[in-house]
Amino acid sequence: MHGPARVEAICIGKTFGPVRALEGVNLTVPSGTFHAIVGENGAGKSTLAKCLLGFYRPDEGEVRLDGVPVSTPAEARRAGLGMVFQHFTLAPSLTVAENLVLARTDLPAILNWKKEKERLRTFLEHAPFQINLEDRVEHLAAGQKQKVEILKQLYLETRVLILDEPTSVLTPAEADEVMTVLNALVRKEALSVILITHKLREVMAFADDVTVLRRGRWVASCSVGSTSIPEISSLMVGNAPLREQSARTDMTAGGAVLEIQNLSVLGDHGLPAVKDLSLTLKAGEILGIAGVSGNGQRELVQAIGGQRDIASGEVRVAGKPFHGTRADIRECGVFTLPEEPLQNATVPGMSVAQNIALRTFDQAPTAKLGFLLDRGAIRRAATAAVERFSIRTPSIDTPIRNLSGGNVQRAVLARDLGARPPKIMVVANPCFGLDFAATGFVHNQLVELRNGGGSVLLVSEDLDELMKIADRIVVMSDGRIAHESTRAELDLAVVGRYMGGHE
Amino acid sequence: MTSEQNFEGVAIPVIAIGTALLLFSLFCAGVGASPGGVLASIYTAGFGSWYAWQNSLLRAAPLMLCGLATALPAQAGVITVGNEGAFVVGGLAAAAAGLATTSGPPLLCLAAMFLAGAVVGGAWIMLAAGLQYYRGVNAVISSLLLNYIGIALLLQLVEGPMRDPDSLNFPATFPLPLSHQLGRIPGTRIHYGLVFGVVACLLGWFLLERTVWGMKLKIAGGNARAAKLVGLPLGRIVLTAGFLGGACAGLAGMVEVAAIHGRASQAISAGYGYVGILVAFLSRQSPLRILVVSLILGAVLASGGSLQRTHDLPDATINVFEGLAFLSILASEALAGRLGFLTALFKPVSTEVADAKL
Repeated sequence: MHGPARVEAICIGKTFGPVRALEGVNLTVPSGTFHAIVGENGAGKSTLAKCLLGFYRPDEGEVRLDGVPVSTPAEARRAGLGMVFQHFTLAPSLTVAENLVLARTDLPAILNWKKEKERLRTFLEHAPFQINLEDRVEHLAAGQKQKVEILKQLYLETRVLILDEPTSVLTPAEADEVMTVLNALVRKEALSVILITHKLREVMAFADDVTVLRRGRWVASCSVGSTSIPEISSLMVGNAPLREQSARTDMTAGGAVLEIQNLSVLGDHGLPAVKDLSLTLKAGEILGIAGVSGNGQRELVQAIGGQRDIASGEVRVAGKPFHGTRADIRECGVFTLPEEPLQNATVPGMSVAQNIALRTFDQAPTAKLGFLLDRGAIRRAATAAVERFSIRTPSIDTPIRNLSGGNVQRAVLARDLGARPPKIMVVANPCFGLDFAATGFVHNQLVELRNGGGSVLLVSEDLDELMKIADRIVVMSDGRIAHESTRAELDLAVVGRYMGGHE
Repeated sequence: MTSEQNFEGVAIPVIAIGTALLLFSLFCAGVGASPGGVLASIYTAGFGSWYAWQNSLLRAAPLMLCGLATALPAQAGVITVGNEGAFVVGGLAAAAAGLATTSGPPLLCLAAMFLAGAVVGGAWIMLAAGLQYYRGVNAVISSLLLNYIGIALLLQLVEGPMRDPDSLNFPATFPLPLSHQLGRIPGTRIHYGLVFGVVACLLGWFLLERTVWGMKLKIAGGNARAAKLVGLPLGRIVLTAGFLGGACAGLAGMVEVAAIHGRASQAISAGYGYVGILVAFLSRQSPLRILVVSLILGAVLASGGSLQRTHDLPDATINVFEGLAFLSILASEALAGRLGFLTALFKPVSTEVADAKL
């Protein structure tokens, strides 16, 4: 079986506990087309994809490939459904060739590498792009890795390729390249593509049709030619009231509050990740750090937050060395919020209420007589935070690991920006996984912190976000600051080049 | 602690014990004894009479303390199995302190033994916890090896410098005068070690669930990265938890010396430390559950002799049961987070959101 296939999802319903993730969702992707699924976070896009692939069994409805029902991952694989995830699923220490061969499900017990490589070379002759089979995956750039993922699916003779936010880890140029390849594959009638994304620009440029989901329900499907970005956006949001954007008050930034001096930090493998980096954050400004992930931003944030040892250099707050101890954090008012908060900023097995109390539980009113824990006070504070930050949780006693990513993000933001906001907030990708309304909410909180004279160091992979709220933007590349510009003089093309490490 | 964890905390040990009982029954049938009869004997020997109850409680006392020895560091994220070693060095230190203060009043002597046992036992496990935190040495391995060192140290000292020349075939230290030993709870054969055990469990629960320090400890154990992020002194927390755990085991050793043997000898290493590991895991590291589980395992230990007498089974049969229980509990850890279907049975509407992406 080769060539593209037709996919139908008929009246799919899926429930998790009390949450209706999908309800009566229909999707038809004619053979050999490029179909985009858009929707806010929590709209059910990923759940739908997992239903298509058989990872989730829908409570209602049916998935068909060329008219044949598909209900388990094995059936989906046999029928030719394949998926590319947002994060790479390649083994970094192996070569491209090894990754491609090991992805096969029908491998013999003993590999004849000579034969396998012969087969790979024949396959590559007809591939849409070339890549060196002997390169180790860890030495490839992000865009190339994503291309290897696509190559892998072609090698597995996938007929319908589902991609879940495949470009979120790529630079704009890399993203366009990958999208162009996908588009060409569809045009050559090599496969059908289902693209899950929130980048409407990509949808308009590369897809044939688009389906909009909202809160687990199908809203609209149409051809891309007959719609527009504003129309799709309004369909995604529905009539949910958008928050008023906090006005950025004009203010001149004050003196330096956070100084990073010649900081070097080692990464997970003991290699330098942050290299002799110096940076100054002033009072009353939002300083954005742009860059493709993996250029030392994670290690920088961890070093400031006390989660990673500093190899050399220093972090100073208000002129004094800052070591991230509880006393330092409290006196200087510096909160750090790394990305992937469930793993990095919460205790997954503890309740939502306890996690919200993580910064304050040892102070009055939650601490009585200095050592007794007032669980009532913890619960009251949590109830207020859940209300104010619209955290969707069955109860404040639910372990936080049971919450969706967006709601974990809200919970940690409620903790850090809630009752006792800091003077300095160091935050990485705070809106990753949040919907429009919540993103606006977070941006407002950060802008208000700034308007009140506070400072924000905002590490983000989302240039739009930085352009929207940052006063100053620096680009981080290969562990160093590669470029700096103010909000007014920002040139996207230049920033993009620095992000790609081309200058 | 959330309701889901509470539910699992009960359901998983019950499933594990059930499985262990089933396997044990097969074993009994295999060696020609009636499984029902054996289980009935265990029950009678453990809880059949006031006499039996006292036997069980006597054995439960050291188990409570030894259970805490694994549970407290485990709550801070350090798994240790050095209970037997801490028990032995605690007992040894208590004997030394007791013998040094026999000239004083009994209460002072006992207080010195109490302190010496707790401090030395605490330092023992703190060493393993510190090696893991500061040097990356796996605390399971280091504390396991410390057990051998502790027992070797005991043998070395009671056969050498601390030996009472009158202890001929069975080397031991000089005995403590009867007046300076730990007495019995009036009207029973049970020594005050049981009070230590119960109080320690209740204190442990209070510390973990109701104090700021307990919350710090659980944050450190739940996610070290989050603990660092909010500026908690991870090293100090881990060392303190190790010390408190070890202090409990050392205290159990002190009780063994001060209430049972009246002196330190090889006999104090009777395996309570090892069974304490089982107690901690069966209790899922919760001090309150340790109270209950210790009583059950105390009864099982108490029934060893009875099995020998009535079913002609070897004394070690009970060890088979312990081993099976340990295997089952370790295997049942895999059930954590997967009991949603059971929760659904008991609660019409599950509160779990699973991995629904909202």
